[in-house]
Amino acid sequence: MSNTVATEVKVGFKSPIVMGSIGLLTIVFMGFLGREGMVGFEISRRQDVIQVPALDIDSSTLGIISGVLMLAISGFSLYRSMQNQKTPIWVSSIYGLIGVTALLGWLAAEGTVPIAFIAGTALVLAVPIILGAMAGIMSERVGITNIAIEGQLLTGAFMAAVVSSITKSYLLGTLSAMFAAALLSMVLAVFSIKFLAQQIIVGVVLNVLVIGITNFLYQQWLTEDAENVNFPGTLDIIRIPVLSDIPLLGPIFFENRITVFLAILIVPTIWFVLFKTRLGLRARAVGEHPLAADTVGIGVGRTRFWWVTIGGSIAGLGGAALTIGNAGAFGREMSGGFGFIALAVVILGRWHPISAALAALLFGFSIILRVWANQVSPGIPTDFITMVPYLVTIIAVVGFVGQSRPPKALAVPYVKG
Amino acid sequence: MSDLNKTDNMTSQVMKEILSGGLLRTVIAIVLGFLVGAIFMIGSNKEFVESLAYIFARPGDAFSAAAAVVGDGYGALFKGSIYNFDADTFEKAIRPLTETLRLGAPLIAAGLGIGLTFRVGLFNIGGTGQLIFGMIFATYVATRVELPMVLHMVVALIAGIVGAALLGALVGFLKARTGAHEVILTIMMNYIALYFFTFLMRNPDLLQESRATGNPKADAAAETALFPKLLGDSYSLHWGLIFALIAVVVFWWLMERSTIGFRLRMVGFNPDAARAAGINVEKTYILAMALSAGFVGVAAANQSLGVAVGVTPSAHANIGFDAITVALLGGSSGPGILLAGLLFGAFKAGSPSMQVIGVSPEVLGIVQGAIVLFIAAPPLIRAIFRLPKPQTTNALGEMRRRIFVKGGAK
Amino acid sequence: MKLELCGITKRFGALVANDAIDLVIEPGEIHALLGENGAGKSTLMNVLYGLYTADEGHIELDGVKQNFSGPGDAMAAGIGMVHQHFMLIPVFTVAENVALGHEPTKALGIMDLATARKNVIEISDRFGFNVDPDALIEDLPVGVQQRVEIIKALSRDAKVLVLDEPTAVLTPQETDELMEIMRQLAKSGTSIVFITHKLREVKAVADRITVIRLGKVVGTAQPDASTSELASLMVGREVMLTVDKKLATPGKVVLEVDHVSVLDDRLQKAVNDVSFQVHEGEILALAGVQGNGQTELAEFLLGLRKPWGKEGKSSLNGKEITNATVRQSLDSGLGFIPEDRKTDGLVSEFSIAENLMLNSSYKSRFTKGLNINFAARKKIANELIEEFDVRTPSAETPASKLSGGNQQKVVVARELSREIKLLIASQPTRGVDVGSIEFIHERIIAERDAGKAVVLISTELDEVLALADRIAVMYRGKIVGVVGPTTSREDLGKLMAGVTA
Repeated sequence: MSNTVATEVKVGFKSPIVMGSIGLLTIVFMGFLGREGMVGFEISRRQDVIQVPALDIDSSTLGIISGVLMLAISGFSLYRSMQNQKTPIWVSSIYGLIGVTALLGWLAAEGTVPIAFIAGTALVLAVPIILGAMAGIMSERVGITNIAIEGQLLTGAFMAAVVSSITKSYLLGTLSAMFAAALLSMVLAVFSIKFLAQQIIVGVVLNVLVIGITNFLYQQWLTEDAENVNFPGTLDIIRIPVLSDIPLLGPIFFENRITVFLAILIVPTIWFVLFKTRLGLRARAVGEHPLAADTVGIGVGRTRFWWVTIGGSIAGLGGAALTIGNAGAFGREMSGGFGFIALAVVILGRWHPISAALAALLFGFSIILRVWANQVSPGIPTDFITMVPYLVTIIAVVGFVGQSRPPKALAVPYVKG
Repeated sequence: MSDLNKTDNMTSQVMKEILSGGLLRTVIAIVLGFLVGAIFMIGSNKEFVESLAYIFARPGDAFSAAAAVVGDGYGALFKGSIYNFDADTFEKAIRPLTETLRLGAPLIAAGLGIGLTFRVGLFNIGGTGQLIFGMIFATYVATRVELPMVLHMVVALIAGIVGAALLGALVGFLKARTGAHEVILTIMMNYIALYFFTFLMRNPDLLQESRATGNPKADAAAETALFPKLLGDSYSLHWGLIFALIAVVVFWWLMERSTIGFRLRMVGFNPDAARAAGINVEKTYILAMALSAGFVGVAAANQSLGVAVGVTPSAHANIGFDAITVALLGGSSGPGILLAGLLFGAFKAGSPSMQVIGVSPEVLGIVQGAIVLFIAAPPLIRAIFRLPKPQTTNALGEMRRRIFVKGGAK
Repeated sequence: MKLELCGITKRFGALVANDAIDLVIEPGEIHALLGENGAGKSTLMNVLYGLYTADEGHIELDGVKQNFSGPGDAMAAGIGMVHQHFMLIPVFTVAENVALGHEPTKALGIMDLATARKNVIEISDRFGFNVDPDALIEDLPVGVQQRVEIIKALSRDAKVLVLDEPTAVLTPQETDELMEIMRQLAKSGTSIVFITHKLREVKAVADRITVIRLGKVVGTAQPDASTSELASLMVGREVMLTVDKKLATPGKVVLEVDHVSVLDDRLQKAVNDVSFQVHEGEILALAGVQGNGQTELAEFLLGLRKPWGKEGKSSLNGKEITNATVRQSLDSGLGFIPEDRKTDGLVSEFSIAENLMLNSSYKSRFTKGLNINFAARKKIANELIEEFDVRTPSAETPASKLSGGNQQKVVVARELSREIKLLIASQPTRGVDVGSIEFIHERIIAERDAGKAVVLISTELDEVLALADRIAVMYRGKIVGVVGPTTSREDLGKLMAGVTA
């Protein structure tokens, strides 16, 4: 119909307004009212082959420069909004990086910022979140709400620690972590698909159940016999030749445990499958309009079941990354809300694997930042730093990151006929 | 049809519904939950596992080991939560029951809050955050404000309710305004509230205790603000129970009898029809979240004002999450939540005595999770036990009305 | 390909939706399946398409018995279906939608979008559809979306194409274009099953007509059969074209709508500068093909939608209600029968009594302070059930347990029992049995005779002609003409197609 009299889809001015205000705050509080003292950004670690000198700059000067740059980007965003165009994601990313630099420089006045250490740790901390978010994406893309990521992570963490300890094989440990988390996901899938249960409730309940089971086994078994059943140690750190010698990037990306490498591989793989293959097209069809998928002969229940299950196994791997990929032993409720963070990350990344992985890095960063900030600047209320990613998530869901549109059939059971 | 006949018909109809729906299924779920817990207790028991080695030679050993551990475990639960046979005086013997009531009270109040949102078609996963906000307000009033006896307590209680309700209303507002999903909002708010609370307890001008030790902690509530003991000083049971019971009555009136509840339920079932019937659905969401959090706030006050010990960041005791299971088990109805809250309160009360005999009380977490898992999928239990399909007539509701509503069935 | 349905029976509980239906469709023929709403046409086609399994009977293609366990089987056998509600994924492109389920792929299951695109273009060009394979479905007008559905079926080599009420959402032009497409397809050898309840279209395009009523085949006819003959087959008795009613005696103006524009959900101007008046004691019908702004206009009058721009005004009994909330509109004497009772009219989990107080839950005869007045509610409910002949075991029965007709009577009872000055009845008899239709029509006329103003929104010409005192025809968001109740169907049809004299 040519009745398009008034197309009034507006991009809106939320982005430039928020960006501009934060830029202004940066100039004022980290610049003019900022802290005196030089700050050194360490690009190379002492043991690195290639040494790049640290960049030194005055903390408050950095604040002013960053703030001005941020305001400039806000101006660009404003211009785009006036043209009724969105601010591209890479522009927002650069904005974010500048903001983070200013924050680091402010925190570390009269000290140094070990970039590789912070970024590398952020990545390691983000791995369980990334993998959990992948489980969330795989399940929500086919229309099943997955609140049970927390339980999937915890299951994986537990199994990896215990099976690795008993069998002395990290491979078996990892596989059983993935298998157990997949089993748990099958419960979610069957309850949602066959019994048409409230998916959110099933997810919450599964978390309660897994927390109950692991707490019990931990108390009754792992603490009694820790040496034999909960002493897996951690995976070896693998250095990829040549690549790991690249300044900055090398230590962050190419000198890690296998869990990190797997995560780095899994994210683009899921993106590829989801958007470039027949499997992905069908999965998305099921999540958007299951009846339409059914009418062209796609098994809705089957598709949902396998995506949720395989997603669960990936979360199980994420759980393994918590124990044998980082901590070296299982601890009570050690997933500590990572599953819920992963859920936030799914939305923050708008159900897109790569954006979600980036959002997960934000959370990983905030966790390490809190620890590090406590060391370099005691007295800074770090509780607020920890709060930031959660606030960002709220800002995102209430509409700052544009309209995030979940799969249409999300949480809607499909009843044939 | 004669009246007698009618009653008869209804009774059989009610039987059918009990079989197909609510009550029987709930009982089965609870029994199954305890069974699952028993399996875990048995499986982790050393004597039992050792006896498996010669199970074919002496199967009796395995059996008696299993029976012993389950009997001991649940026996300890009973003794720790209801009646302690080993006590020398009756007063001591019933102390466990008073503990169940004390620990069940906040679960009941918070369960009502969560149940309310279920009735409106919302999912409030943010009990924890709302509880914390309630505690912030209640603790502030109880430690930083000086008021006379009774009044201080009432003001602190109201502060707790208001504090929680404010956070709930904020979530409702954000949902109504932007369409953001309340599940995500409430989960994020849980974390924000927790870190905010911790921050306040680190700050001497705000909530930090007067003799700060470095760990975040607040002062104990002033004596004037404490909930008075209900059964004298030999029992810990306090007025929190009374407030929880009042909350049950208020909830029941609100949801079943009042026009406000009528509109809340209408929005829960069919927001489109509600909108066409002149109801402001967005405002209803805000109201529902605020009311829900208000009930959670009663639990918050209970945590802040129940004992003369300063609160810490973990004082929320996971009640916000447990309340979800309470609401689910209680079918989001006032009486149901009352019973469910008492059951899970008993779990908390019985934990120490299980610990004493060497059974990890964490097994109760499994029982709790299993019960609600069975509740969450009615068709599952129907499938297992081949129960009749649900009858959607309203006979059970009518029967309930006869019981609860004065002159309801004329 | 020759398609035969032999003795198909499909039951839903006690309801027999299809009762031993036999149907033969010859190759290259356009076979119309004519019947009222709820006659069982769609059920039959869902059986054919493998979405439902028949309880009895079987399907033959070219004499070979088929056994479809799902739509996939039906498609593989050469049956394509264009559903009444499009089976397209809004966020996918045309090419992706067409490819879905039989995707061209390269190695490792990687999508071969180039081929998918080519397939669309090839079919689109063959029939002159003019469809862009890269367009997102959600950006396309309905008419084009329907063509995508047809391409989807043809790309699967459909030999039999089932079109389920395809014109319900189309404008007259789009309808004509669709008919042209149907003829073209038939000429190229595709058999077409055309499901509809619209006589004009059947006569224009069908080669053969089978009429279904209450789940049974009640007769076959040739397209040259007279309209009244077809109609009487369809409804099973001589159609009553006029309800008994006195001449209207319009009084003063009750509703005044002045230069109102309203946007729809897609922010398109669905109602474009509309003005009209309704008087006491008169029924104004808003006629038109579905989707020409009637729904949005009704929602505006109720207060569910805000007007677009500043110049629009509406008033009820002289009191402005332009920006009134729903509650204010209802309080100022507006009664509203929504077009879709299941989503907007009833809470199906609620009892009849609860549904009767649905929009009177603030201060009203159902309340006592903040309490529900249960005794009063019970009394009123029983009275209304009696008065409006709602067939139900009791007032406490959930609305979901009632038949469509009885559900609608509950809605009508609720609205007419309130103190109203204006009744807006949107598709008041859609999906309602014949007996209830008559009852509802009588009640609407009774309202008029009692001096109320009535706005009847209907896409059914018969209903419009039977009830209206004046007819305003809507086309593309505008009122293109206001005519008298004796206007001929032909003239009304022209107006509905946007042809103004």
